[in-house]
Amino acid sequence: MNRKLNKFITARFKLDHGDFQLSVNLRLPNSGVTVLFGHSGSGKTTLLRCIAGLQKAQQSYLEINGSVWEDSDVGAFLPTHKRPLGYVFQEANLFSHLTVHENLNFGLKRIKASFNNAKFEQIIHLLGIKHLLERMPERLSGGEKQRVAIARALVLNPEILLMDEPLASLDAKRKQEILPFLGRLNQELNIPVLYVTHSHQEVAQLADYLVVLEAGKVQASGLLSETLSRLDLPLSQDREATTVWNVTIVEHETEFHLTRVAFEGGSLSLPAIDAKIGTPLRVQIYARDVSIVLEVPRATSILNVLPATIMDIADGESGQTIVRLKVGNQPLLAHITRKSAVVLNLKIGKDVFVQIKGMSILN
Amino acid sequence: MLTSADFATLLLTFKVASLATIFMLLFGTPLAWWLARTRSKWRGLINTIVALPLVLPPTVLGFYLLILLGKNGVIGEFTTWLGIGTLPFTFAGLVVASVLYSMPFVVQPLQTAFSNIGEQPLEAAATLRASPIDTFFSVVIPQAKSGFLTATILGFAHTVGEFGVVLMVGGNIPDKTRVVSVQIYNHVEALEYSQAHWLAGGLLVFSFTVLLILYTVLKTTPHVK
Repeated sequence: MNRKLNKFITARFKLDHGDFQLSVNLRLPNSGVTVLFGHSGSGKTTLLRCIAGLQKAQQSYLEINGSVWEDSDVGAFLPTHKRPLGYVFQEANLFSHLTVHENLNFGLKRIKASFNNAKFEQIIHLLGIKHLLERMPERLSGGEKQRVAIARALVLNPEILLMDEPLASLDAKRKQEILPFLGRLNQELNIPVLYVTHSHQEVAQLADYLVVLEAGKVQASGLLSETLSRLDLPLSQDREATTVWNVTIVEHETEFHLTRVAFEGGSLSLPAIDAKIGTPLRVQIYARDVSIVLEVPRATSILNVLPATIMDIADGESGQTIVRLKVGNQPLLAHITRKSAVVLNLKIGKDVFVQIKGMSILN
Repeated sequence: MLTSADFATLLLTFKVASLATIFMLLFGTPLAWWLARTRSKWRGLINTIVALPLVLPPTVLGFYLLILLGKNGVIGEFTTWLGIGTLPFTFAGLVVASVLYSMPFVVQPLQTAFSNIGEQPLEAAATLRASPIDTFFSVVIPQAKSGFLTATILGFAHTVGEFGVVLMVGGNIPDKTRVVSVQIYNHVEALEYSQAHWLAGGLLVFSFTVLLILYTVLKTTPHVK
């Protein structure tokens, strides 16, 4: 347990490229999936490359799990090939002169740690690439290439896995082919992941911890559900604004084809899910699917009506009001019209009810 | 048919071209690697110097080499001081001159091949625990394989075909510096046309075959500016 306490990333970088400056000071948990989110030009990839040592910042301090990889004050800089990391590039970046199997072995041959065959098999199985081992990279599809690239990084059993928009170069279908693998990676292999993306969907699906970057600076950094529901961030204004809840299956109502899931301080009904009681799930609730009422409606077709408290209110774009609520212990965002907010006389601290029209299950 | 003197020139030519090619690859590889990757302001100048033999009349290069390597030249004084003596009109001098003369034919294909690899495989190798030197041997060389083949073949073939530099620096000394191209000249001077035919035809077939291999089997374009 004590070891776990040391699992932190401390990253301070200052880099000036004239038209672009990166200036970050982050302390992140080195466990689960941390997503670096931002638009192009926000510096998220630069930050990841600095952590990998692929790029040098003028001023830097980087500590991973208690060991210092970089400290510009004392001129310390561990070259990339000496850092115990895995890196997945936007393009799979496989070695074109080697087969899939040789690609997977490339890093393995160079680490001193004893080779764990069971782990190797587990990773190949997890990513579904066993049938590809003898192929050359040019004979793989984009999705297959990226899965091999992920496996190649994972077999090294890195202390941290850095992923730079690994799905960006793939079409929607291929994305859906890989996303479930990514979700399971962290759970099954227990390798912490630092994941760069500009996709809301990938944030909702993968992140445990979220860092929002804007113009080379950290705009927010915190647990996913808290950061997603912060009204001072553009994320909450977005049409795709969501809240993500971690829930557990508690009951199957087979006659209605429903499944009940519990969260801290309440429960929800979902369309039947084919999974055992006790299975953890991740549920995404779009802010536009949440409405607010003052009393429990006597008759409604909406199944999920929950008591909530208003925590914060902000003006959104084009006549919208954004409300942050607390349901049990979970934060929840609602996008409603400004008129409704006035009519209902919504105030911070007021107790209300929320109706959740729909939600999607992410895993 | 060929006389034993002709065979001696063939053997000598082969020795000069092989040695020169080995030295060109040894010096040309790091030079091409540097040229392909550097952002130094000196890049243009070094590129120019390497490419100079492509446009310069061989006699001009030969003339300056003769002076530099001669006993009053800078390099000549140095080699004398080393106890090697002076290089002009020796086998070693011929190899040195050949290396300089054919260098662009080795450096340019390598430089192109290295540039084409790009940064990405190198970064991937670094994240997979390969040091820069390890990466050079395990990624760069295999991926630049066709560049190396082109460089070797062109460097060798071009050395075989040189004449002007050889005559200036090496002279025309049997068994020491008399190579095939010079021997052909000798035969023609002596009106021994049939001897000249054998050697000239041989060189023609050799050059044709080499280029045919490059263009068809390896499917590369010999890169010469």
